[in-house]
Amino acid sequence: MTNWIEACAADAVNNEDVIRFDHGGQTFAIYRSPDDKYYATDGLCTHEKIHLCDGLVMDNIIECPKHNGRFDYSTGQAKGAPCIVNLKSYPTKVEGGKVFIALS
Amino acid sequence: MMTPGIVIIGGGMAAARACINLRASDYEGPITFVSEETLLPYDRPPLSKSSIMEEGEPQPIYLLEPDIVASLKVDARLGVAAQKIDRASKTITLMDGSVIPYTKLLMATGAKPRSLGPHALTLRDHRDTLTLREKFIPHKSIVIIGGGFIGLELASSAIKRGCKVTLIEAQPRILMRGVPEPIAKIIHDRHLSAGVDLLVGTGIEEIAAHHVKLKDGRVISADTIIAGIGASPEVRLAQEAGLAIENGIACNAMMQTSDPDIYAAGDCASFEHQQFGKRLRLEAWRSAQEQSATAVANMLGASKAHVAVPWFWSDQYELGLQIAGMADAGPVTITRQPAEGALLLFHVALDGKLMGVSGIGPGNSIARDVKLAEMMIAKGMSPTAEALADASVPLKNLLKG
Repeated sequence: MTNWIEACAADAVNNEDVIRFDHGGQTFAIYRSPDDKYYATDGLCTHEKIHLCDGLVMDNIIECPKHNGRFDYSTGQAKGAPCIVNLKSYPTKVEGGKVFIALS
Repeated sequence: MMTPGIVIIGGGMAAARACINLRASDYEGPITFVSEETLLPYDRPPLSKSSIMEEGEPQPIYLLEPDIVASLKVDARLGVAAQKIDRASKTITLMDGSVIPYTKLLMATGAKPRSLGPHALTLRDHRDTLTLREKFIPHKSIVIIGGGFIGLELASSAIKRGCKVTLIEAQPRILMRGVPEPIAKIIHDRHLSAGVDLLVGTGIEEIAAHHVKLKDGRVISADTIIAGIGASPEVRLAQEAGLAIENGIACNAMMQTSDPDIYAAGDCASFEHQQFGKRLRLEAWRSAQEQSATAVANMLGASKAHVAVPWFWSDQYELGLQIAGMADAGPVTITRQPAEGALLLFHVALDGKLMGVSGIGPGNSIARDVKLAEMMIAKGMSPTAEALADASVPLKNLLKG
């Protein structure tokens, strides 16, 4: 069964931006795309475990604030050096003005 | 004799990225890389920071794991230095006598720390880090000569390990080269509050096994002395082969040396940066990767000028510093205070063009703004001074115009 966890208010994330969400000893990144869709991935870069919430969101790309590694946050796919390993991504839904992410 | 292919001299970031980029660009010929170090290429930024501070024995963070080397079909000649380049026969000779023919050659020889003699340790490779770790014992006196990034990062790491640290800088302030004064002051004050004894404007008279004597007569006792006074580009092979040298192996905008079949990338290379209208040599992690990518593309037939905006970072204590572009190309400084304890300086040319940005703050707090400013620099944008100074105006709005 899908385990939906409330992550944040939908308006807590600016358009084309990212925030950090910690839950159960894990850290996640919650994104809002330019077309107001919400996405969630693991919160730490797969290269050197830097918090992605300090990074820059442009279109569907999150760039790590430390070494400029890039991921497509809508899929978690690594987009080249120095990041090789994809980010784990999680389904999201918005209900009652809140963003939920699915942890399985 | 072996089939000529692409040969890379050097074992750091530029060399590692070249191997990966050559195969990613569908180059199928032989790749040989030659490194004096016995280890496969590994990441150097941690050597002054996490590798010193972490509790357990640090392992190198490899840029090329052995299985990747195998899958890329790279002939890695480790632990053997190149002895000479013969441009007429297009071969290099190694210290072990082997001769390797090349179609194109990439010089990625890096830079060597300047030495202050036998009593002062330097930091260049993983072995140096292991040596320093053995010396960084609680309450031991560490004297660091040089207030540049290596010296300051080592001071921060030594404090973390409980050492007593003195840092000596001959210039009137730390980070004279490339870091604006207001940001250097924040770093200076942070070192003072951490307990570093920071002596600026003081030359060295003598370095002995267990003390440093200053020009003003003071004598500072030391269990360990470290020199962090900059690095010299490793140009010997290139110079002996008759390649043009100009503060490094001189390249054109395509990272091509004075021999069209030889390219250079990373700390050893200087090149014409068209946007800044001058010859640059960059000792920076990301620049090495970018230059290597440019060199590889051009070796394989492109004619791409290297246009990447220079960028580097330093971490000391909880502070993160990032600089993009060229601070000294922008005589007008505009200050933005994005948050408590953070500072951004924009360096603007007289014609209004944004040329550089310097930022400091806790953790990665200024990273996003530095990145946005870097993108504006790359586009040659001229945002207004009012907007740059106003922290309530998102830089992303300025970038998107």
